[in-house]
Amino acid sequence: MNPQELLYAETHEWVAVAEEGGAKVATVGISDFAVEALTDLVYIQFSKSGGDSVSAGDAFGEVESVKAVSDLYSPVTGEVVAVHDKLADKLETLGDDPFGEGWMLKVKIADESSLGKLMDYDAYKKMCAEQ
Amino acid sequence: MTQTLLTTPLTQWHAGHGGRMVDFAGWSMPVQYTSIVEEHNATRNAVGMFDISHMGRLRLDGEAAGEYLDSLVTRRVVDAKPGRIRYALVTNNHGGIRDDVLVYHLQDATGGSYWLMVVNAGNREKILGWINEHPMPAGVTMSDLTMDWAMIAVQGPKALPLLQPLVEADLASMKYYTGCETKVAGHGGIVSRTGYTGEDGCELIVGANVAAQIWESLLESGCDAGAQAAGLGARDTLRLEAGMPLYGHELNEEITPLQAGLSFAVTKGKINHPGADQVFSSADDPSLPRLVGLRLEGKRVPREGYNVVSNGEQIGTVSSGTFSPTMQCPLAMAYLSPAHTDPGTKVHVDVRGSELPATVEKLPFYKREKE
Repeated sequence: MNPQELLYAETHEWVAVAEEGGAKVATVGISDFAVEALTDLVYIQFSKSGGDSVSAGDAFGEVESVKAVSDLYSPVTGEVVAVHDKLADKLETLGDDPFGEGWMLKVKIADESSLGKLMDYDAYKKMCAEQ
Repeated sequence: MTQTLLTTPLTQWHAGHGGRMVDFAGWSMPVQYTSIVEEHNATRNAVGMFDISHMGRLRLDGEAAGEYLDSLVTRRVVDAKPGRIRYALVTNNHGGIRDDVLVYHLQDATGGSYWLMVVNAGNREKILGWINEHPMPAGVTMSDLTMDWAMIAVQGPKALPLLQPLVEADLASMKYYTGCETKVAGHGGIVSRTGYTGEDGCELIVGANVAAQIWESLLESGCDAGAQAAGLGARDTLRLEAGMPLYGHELNEEITPLQAGLSFAVTKGKINHPGADQVFSSADDPSLPRLVGLRLEGKRVPREGYNVVSNGEQIGTVSSGTFSPTMQCPLAMAYLSPAHTDPGTKVHVDVRGSELPATVEKLPFYKREKE
C-alpha cells in the first residue's frame, strides 16, 4: 500500500478503504512511525475476531515491546471480517512492511462518519514531526 | 507547566546521534539510540557506554567526614580504607529508604583523603536537604560537584581492554568496588570498578569540559570491538536481569532495606543512623512484603503495579518488569507477602485481566560467568 494514499488516526493506525462485494472494507495497520517508536517488539495479541462488531476508538488488541505495552485502536466502526493472527509469529513483518504485510485488521464499514475524523498523509506527517 | 530540563555535558552528543531524549528525574537523557535490545546485547557481549552524569556527586572533606557519612547510612563506612567503595542506604527516621548510594573513600595526590557520595539524580535535592537537617561536625565541608563533573559507565566483558589505554591506573589489578584518582586521557579524574549492569566494567568521573572528547574517543576505539552507546532503556533491562533495585520502583521511603533484600548493605549492630531500630525490626515482621524475582513463560510482560495473586487472593505487586533480552522470557521484580517468597513458589500475575503463571526466583536472574 502507498502510505501517501492512506488515512491515519491520531493513535498512529492507518486505514485503507476498498470496495469489496458492494461494501466498503477498511484494512487497518500501524504506521512505520509507530513501529519505529515502539521498537523491540515482543508480542502482539488481538482481542477482536471475525464477526465481532467494533466502534471507532475501541481497542482491538495490544502490542508489547521491551519497554511498554500499547493498545491498538480501531479507527472505524463496523464488523470485523478478518484478523491477521499470523502476525504474532512474524512480528518482524511490522518493521519490514508496516503498510502491507503488516496489516492487522479488516473491518466492513458500517458508519462512514468515522472516516471523516481521520487525517490524510500530510496532516499525519505533520503531527508526527511535532511529537 | 514546562520546566527546563537539566543537561549533561553529553546531552548534545546524544541528541545528535539518534538518542531518543526523555525527561528522567528532571534531566534530558537518552532512552535509546538504536534499540534497547541491541544496546543491551552490546553490553552483555562487548561494551555498553552509559552517560550517568545525571547522578549526584557530593564531595565531603574534613577529618570527621567519614564519621558523618557513617551516621547517615545503614552500612559501616567509617572504617573503609581509602580506595574502597561501599553501597549503602540512606534511611529516614522510620527505616524507610531515602536513597541508595555509593560511598567512596578516596586518596588525593597529596596523600590526604576525602569522601564522595554518589546519589540518584531524582534524590539529589532530597539528600542535600537531609544533609542540611543533619548538621555536619565542625571541620567537615560538603560540595555538590554534580555539574562540574561528568560520569560515564563503561560496562561489558570488553570494557577493561577498551578503557585501559586511556586510563593511567592499572584496571585489572583493581578489585570490584574500589576506586582511585587517576588520569583519564591525560585529565584528572576518578575511576572505579563499579556498575549497574551485572557485567564487569568501570565508571569514570571526569571534568565536564573533557567528557565529550573522552566519550567519543572511547566509542571510536571500541567500535571494532562492538562498543555502543547505550541508553536508560538498556540500563533498566540490564539492572533488572542482574537483580539490582531501582529507586522509585523497588526502593522508596516506605520500604526498609531488609524488605528489599539488601541485608548485605546493612551492618549488624550499627545503630547510629536514622531509623536503625525500624530497619532491624523489619527483618522478622511477617506483615511486610519482601522483594523477589518472578519468571514467566510466553511473551506478555508483567509491568509495574500489576497485582500478584495466589488462589484468587492478592499477595503482592510487581515493582519492575520487562521482556528479558538475555533470557528471552518475561521477568519481574515484585513485593510479595513473606508466605509466598520461597524460590519455586507458583503464583500468578494479573496481566491486564489474564492471570499468567509465574515462578518465584531468587535474585539475581543473571550472573556473568567469571573468568
